[in-house]
Amino acid sequence: MIELNQFLILSALLFSIGVIGIFLNRKNVIIILMSIEIILLSVNINLVSFSYFLGDLTGQIISLFVLTVAAAEAAIGLAILVIYNRNAGTIEIEKINSLKG
Amino acid sequence: MGVFTIILPEIFLFLSSTLLLVVGLFYKRVNIINLLTFSILILAAVLVFYQPSSFGFNNSFVNDEFSKTIKMLILIGSASTLLMFSPSRRKINIDIYEFPILISFASLGMMVMVSSNDLLSMFIGLELQSLSLYVLASLNRNSLQSSESGIKYFILGALSSGLLLFGISYIYGFTGNTNFNLISATYDKNSLGLLIGIVFVCSGLAFKISAVPFHMWTPDVYQGAPTPVTGFFALAPKIAAVAIFLRFLYSSFGETAADWQQIIIFLSIASMIFAAFAAIAQSNIKRLMAYSSIGHVGYILIGMACFNFEGVQSLIIYLILYLVMNLSVFSFILMMKRKDEYCENINDLSGLYKHNPFYAILIALSMFSLAGIPPLAGFFGKFYIFMSAIKSDFYLLAVVGIVASVVSAFYYLRIVKIIYFDEPSEKFDEFNSSSLNLLFFISSGIVILFFVYPSPILNMGNYAAKTFF
Repeated sequence: MIELNQFLILSALLFSIGVIGIFLNRKNVIIILMSIEIILLSVNINLVSFSYFLGDLTGQIISLFVLTVAAAEAAIGLAILVIYNRNAGTIEIEKINSLKG
Repeated sequence: MGVFTIILPEIFLFLSSTLLLVVGLFYKRVNIINLLTFSILILAAVLVFYQPSSFGFNNSFVNDEFSKTIKMLILIGSASTLLMFSPSRRKINIDIYEFPILISFASLGMMVMVSSNDLLSMFIGLELQSLSLYVLASLNRNSLQSSESGIKYFILGALSSGLLLFGISYIYGFTGNTNFNLISATYDKNSLGLLIGIVFVCSGLAFKISAVPFHMWTPDVYQGAPTPVTGFFALAPKIAAVAIFLRFLYSSFGETAADWQQIIIFLSIASMIFAAFAAIAQSNIKRLMAYSSIGHVGYILIGMACFNFEGVQSLIIYLILYLVMNLSVFSFILMMKRKDEYCENINDLSGLYKHNPFYAILIALSMFSLAGIPPLAGFFGKFYIFMSAIKSDFYLLAVVGIVASVVSAFYYLRIVKIIYFDEPSEKFDEFNSSSLNLLFFISSGIVILFFVYPSPILNMGNYAAKTFF
């Protein structure tokens, strides 16, 4: 029998991978989008396992909402990325620096 | 039917903006769509005004004095953004009918968020708001800066949603509830998991209100986004995010205020000090206003940290005055044009005194008000905030707040100095846009004459603060 703690550790690990992926990645914006997805999925693991161990359905319902929002967010993120690429000709993170002061 | 009457303004706003989206597809008159959306927002504000106070949908949605006041502010802010949009849309290349509709969807998200009494409805409202805002920031599709600001806002906004959700999952897991009132009933003081949840949700919301150390997106997004959108960012979403932050902390964790007060105090002090010093070196006026808004969030958080009636009251008063002052500054920024090109550098303001003395004195007074100089509106906002901090024994917050507002007076007064004493540069184009002039005169009128008749705004603060105490 797998215990709640193990699920929580797994999701915390995935969450940290996602956050580190956003901050350490110097290459490509697509990788950041993937990291955001990992963060949201780790939250889903959390919600579903809490829901299972509490014997309460709310967590699973929230996780469905999270999936939907994640899809919408990815769509908007990719759309913004496309117009950025059209304007700048690149999606390298180090070149996204026209705004500073 | 009964249960739907409590979300009548939201349903109305949703249905009519969806309808307008379809209408706009076939009838591409941006001005008409803009006008219709403006009237929809005003109608929604009227509906909000006549809403009875009630709970509904399993207690996940609440209409009370606080949410009604904040919703009115949000709708006024959004409607004013539409007034800013109509004269500038051609010039900054955002002449598309989706702009007013995105604004009204963002306001819908904010209204849901402000009224939510449940972690799930809070999340849904927040996402509806943020998704519209990401698109708004990158609305000028041919501009590198606009799309860059969109990408930065999107990445950090999505990260903050992730943090918020992670916190939500922990709060749900360790209390077994998502409703704010039930969370407060089953609160377990010694639960480490719950504390982790609170910290994560607070940092997610701190991103949304752009409090230091989660502020890094603000200056870039404010500078890069089209100016009416920047105005919108400064007006409505910040008010809504402050409101949900306050409701989340007060209704679910009111019993153990000492736990989260430390977080709020830290965010507040960091924002005030950081904004006061970082804004000094700025030369772009939109970027300067971004730092100024970070600083104002710091003062607003003082009111939140107090956790008593005076604190909430002063916070509401400050939010109202903040809205009015920003309205005055942003409607002026949109009038700063030379040879039909927008100017954003603060040095462009030099010589305004010579060419347009009346506008010069009004904008200078708005700057004095932002700096908090009596007897202008901004002074009273700060005064009530600091008084409530002293009454709640937060002397440190009051002292840091006063020091920070003295330092921040430097960069506001620098603008006044440029207007009055610098070598005059070329004349601005005629300030002939009637909607911008209307906004500018009304808002700077309120800023200047607030002290003559302050009771309506004070009463609004009183009315809204009754909800929690």
